Amino acid sequence: MKIILHIWRQRSPNEPGRMMRYEVPNVSEHMSFLEMLDVLNEDLIAKDEEPVAFDHDCREGICGMCGCMVNGVAHGPKPGTTLCQLHMRSFKDGDELYLEPWRACAFPIVKDLVVDRSAFDRMMAAGGFISVATGSAPDGNAILVPKEDADRSMDAAACIGCGACVAMCPNASASLFLAAKISHLGLLPQGQPERDRRAVAMVAQANQELFGSCTNIGECEAVCPKEIKLEVIARMNRDFLKAKWTGRGTDEA
Amino acid sequence: MELDSKCPTGPIETRWDRHRFSLKLVNPSNKRKYTILVVGTGLAGGSAAASLAELGYNVKCFCFQDSPRRAHSIAAQGGINAAKNYHNDGDSVYRLFYDTVKGGDFRARESNVYRLAQISLNIIDQCVAQGVPFAREYSGYLDNRSFGGAQVSRTFYARGQTGQQLLLGAYQALERQIGAGTVEMFPRTEMLDLIVIDGHARGIVTRNLMTGKIESHLGDAVVLGTGGYGNVYYLSTNAKGSNATAIWRAHKRGALFANPCFTQIHPTCIPVSGDYQSKLTLMSESLRNDGRVWVPAKTGDTRPASQIPEAERDYYLERRYPSFGNLVPRDVASRNAKTVCDEGRGVGETKLAVYLDFRDAMERLGKHTIKERYGNLFDMYQRIAGEDPYQEPMRIYPAMHYTMGGLWVDYNLMSTIPGLYVIGEANFSDHGANRLGASALMQGLADGYFVLPNTINDYVASTKLETADTSHAAVRDAEEQVLQTTSKLLHNKGTRSVDSFHRELGKLMWDHCGMSRTAEGLKFALSQIPGLREQYWREVKVLGSGEELNQSLEKAGRVADFFELAELICLDALERNESCGGHFREEYQTPEGEAARDDAHYSYAAAWEFRGAGNRPVLHHEPLTFEYVHPAQRSYK
Repeated sequence: MKIILHIWRQRSPNEPGRMMRYEVPNVSEHMSFLEMLDVLNEDLIAKDEEPVAFDHDCREGICGMCGCMVNGVAHGPKPGTTLCQLHMRSFKDGDELYLEPWRACAFPIVKDLVVDRSAFDRMMAAGGFISVATGSAPDGNAILVPKEDADRSMDAAACIGCGACVAMCPNASASLFLAAKISHLGLLPQGQPERDRRAVAMVAQANQELFGSCTNIGECEAVCPKEIKLEVIARMNRDFLKAKWTGRGTDEA
Repeated sequence: MELDSKCPTGPIETRWDRHRFSLKLVNPSNKRKYTILVVGTGLAGGSAAASLAELGYNVKCFCFQDSPRRAHSIAAQGGINAAKNYHNDGDSVYRLFYDTVKGGDFRARESNVYRLAQISLNIIDQCVAQGVPFAREYSGYLDNRSFGGAQVSRTFYARGQTGQQLLLGAYQALERQIGAGTVEMFPRTEMLDLIVIDGHARGIVTRNLMTGKIESHLGDAVVLGTGGYGNVYYLSTNAKGSNATAIWRAHKRGALFANPCFTQIHPTCIPVSGDYQSKLTLMSESLRNDGRVWVPAKTGDTRPASQIPEAERDYYLERRYPSFGNLVPRDVASRNAKTVCDEGRGVGETKLAVYLDFRDAMERLGKHTIKERYGNLFDMYQRIAGEDPYQEPMRIYPAMHYTMGGLWVDYNLMSTIPGLYVIGEANFSDHGANRLGASALMQGLADGYFVLPNTINDYVASTKLETADTSHAAVRDAEEQVLQTTSKLLHNKGTRSVDSFHRELGKLMWDHCGMSRTAEGLKFALSQIPGLREQYWREVKVLGSGEELNQSLEKAGRVADFFELAELICLDALERNESCGGHFREEYQTPEGEAARDDAHYSYAAAWEFRGAGNRPVLHHEPLTFEYVHPAQRSYK
């Protein structure tokens, strides 16, 4: 089949970008979306045109590196699927697709479809962990975790940090990402001692970055490739409010 | 060159304890005076950087991805081994040690493997404490499953995303240190050379992938946790960015490269579907717990799986290996898949696939249980193959997956360049000629959390280094070489893309140095690679400039290194006139078609020394001795 692509081309952060039209003939339905872009890039190189820059690495939906907007939807039309796992059998001959980088102030464009997501790392550094130095752990079975809690924790821990939630949110809020980490650790007994502190510190860092606030729209949940549920945000809000009201979780308390 | 493995002697149970006691320590308040450079943020690099910073060292940490959380350890699915014996099924540290030495076909060091088995216990504890959401029983206790090459249940897992969860644990520990200011993190930064001053590894030259800036970083020791070199084969289960540049350039600066031909082909991957294919996707080995592998008994049987009656199916692993059945080690499972496909009994469009069938398991346990155990893997299969594995059996075929070979290191994980440590898949130390499932995660974390942070103190404490800054001649020389290579690639004005060359090299390697090898095939590959490499340097086309994000330029440098490494892999495979583990030479097999080792001549680690471009590398031997597990023909029958 033939696919027509309109791709955002931008050489560097400070230069203006624009949409460019490309045609990719002979697309096989078995190709992944990124393999289709590989084919386009090989074609561009043959014509001495610079290939389209896009982030990708594992190509099996787990590293969280890939992603762009496809016709206005983060990671494209298939629910629960990263761009690298989206296959061309989801499209038909003659489809026109508009590819844009993640839309969010907090994710400045680096080049073409590549954005800078380092704000996520800074939020993690603020408190997205359990403070246990190497060597100080008790036996694994000394800490019992009810299966339901372990499963719910794992549901939240499945987040791959791709940024689709931010890109899709009209407010460019990072709440789903933040809340997934806060829920993952907050649902486990190991995460309790720092639960208040974690919520306060991570939310404070998010407020310093250029993310917006959550207004419960739910676009994030709709596009999350790991299908993280909106309820994690409610959990984050509870943890945050509780910490604020009790004064726990800040150094002054 | 004498290779001193520094392995302790005496009773194996106490070797690591006694060795640790013999090592020098660094006073806690002095540690902050030292800077350690850690390259790579996977399970090995990430856990090492975090642990070294916790100890008080200044750490600078580098990764080429946009965040340390994306290292390819994240893609490991099945699990991590630990000899906890939580199931009372006869497991012990000694049994894990035994299984690993035997699984590696007697080509690993006993001392290293025993230490690995001991440390496996601490790893699980550490990861639980960090909040890794391991699978649990209803009672709240940790759950386990079985993996290939073992008859006990010792694999801990977090759904089909164990690597992801363990990596996030290490990443969180690392971010904690970054937040505390003890680790300076350099994402989107690639190491392009090693700086050696007066015989000691003192720093690295890096390229900032966003701006193209070439920079040097100096320190008191360098740690490489940069993963394996499976992408030499182009199609592999590795991430697209996984590369050998860091270890290869360190090799060219003097670090010996050991056992390059020990590569692992994973038996259960989704088969190749077309020539645009960019990578192969693994289906976790854990699937072999419940899935049964089969092909039609007759050649040329084109009926769909559901129409082939039971009597006309050949469950060839269960037939040939009744005691291990579908859970034979990876090398055995892969070779058998190749054999039945070579016989013309392969399935699917390309006939290069075998069935992995869950019908019986679903009848026995119910679809619900299978879904709970492997749901995400089944979903992934359906997304990629476009078929429902709950209805049709999966089609699988072996693919390049892991490299047991790597830079040679001693018991302290130090390479032949003093001050250069190599950890995780990047080194050669623990898996011999074949790695057992769920052992890569174990080794990466053992090296990073528990071995390196203990052994590196000894070097730091006992080595007096001159102060050096970036104006040193060795630094300028290394930077100059990097700039020259980059400039050469950019101004080549060639006609072919980097990928087209990489594909060609990969196919040559897969065909002649893949699942089975012959002297003839290896000689052919060795006759082709130099010409192809010259053609590469003549005809490769890299557009764009060096002062910006340029993904073609990044690839071009990595592929240049793959060309050189490919030759060494073939040379090593040709030199090793025996079959062992992942290295199967067709000339050397038992009458039943199993690998035939030659312990009298090849019971050694082959460590290669670089002698300049175009010169034949020199082979050094590290003899292997077995005091506890006596080499025997590996039998899984």
